[in-house]
Amino acid sequence: MALDPALVGRSYPPSAVYEVGRQKIAEFADAIGAADPVHRDPEAARAAGYPDVIAPPTFAIALTLSAAGVVVEDPDVALDYSRVVQGEQRFTHHRPIRAGDRLVATPVIEAVRSVGGNDLLTTRVDVATEDGEPVCAATSMLVARGTA
Amino acid sequence: MTATVRAADVAVGTELPEQTYPVTRADLVRYAGASGDFNPIHWNERVATEVGLPGVIAHGMLTMALAARAVTAWAGDPGALVEYHVRFGRPVVVPDDGTGARVTVRGKVGALGEDGRARVDLTVTSGGEKVLSLARATVQLA
Repeated sequence: MALDPALVGRSYPPSAVYEVGRQKIAEFADAIGAADPVHRDPEAARAAGYPDVIAPPTFAIALTLSAAGVVVEDPDVALDYSRVVQGEQRFTHHRPIRAGDRLVATPVIEAVRSVGGNDLLTTRVDVATEDGEPVCAATSMLVARGTA
Repeated sequence: MTATVRAADVAVGTELPEQTYPVTRADLVRYAGASGDFNPIHWNERVATEVGLPGVIAHGMLTMALAARAVTAWAGDPGALVEYHVRFGRPVVVPDDGTGARVTVRGKVGALGEDGRARVDLTVTSGGEKVLSLARATVQLA
């Protein structure tokens, strides 16, 4: 079933606060093999001009993936997840995510398209501090094969 | 907060050092835990082949993270990456043979802005095939 174009612009409530910890940043850096001390050592991070250790550039996915899940589970979207593959991913950073950040993630449907029998759903998750400072945006384009 | 590469030292066409990263099954398990993406196609051969894949494949987001490493290693600051966009082409199949796969990242400066920002166009391959059909990173240089 093709996605309804009226879904474009639909936004969802902000997530619960995600508190960014030094250990989580170090764990993520280990998982991608990023050895830079600014991910682990607060002194090295401060020497580089950051208030605390900073996350690698794709770390935001650890919170935006579940935030975007709210969209996929929306009954009006109803994507067959077994047929879904990720087509594209974009990150726009206003500043690096850092330890101590208290972040909220707000998903919005940016685009829906049908191409060659596939449904394409583009979701943007805006990540900001709980005080409203924009930190980054993560945009994911999902392809549901053979559903349109 | 500052890249070590200066915009004045970079031109369109400047090439980044080529990097090759090994990816093993253990790396996929570790990435699943760190990212929260537990899709079984990234660790379970049975599920992967049932959905028509040649075998267990790496998370696209792991490939994206490795390619970013090549960019920030060159720029000298993981915080210098301001915009990053990839299109996933073909999957990185990670065999259960103790060796796994290798992801190779090449990059070239494709555009240079007056604000000291460089757009790096990346070519990311595994087993000689392009795995990202588009990969562009914008970094703030010193």
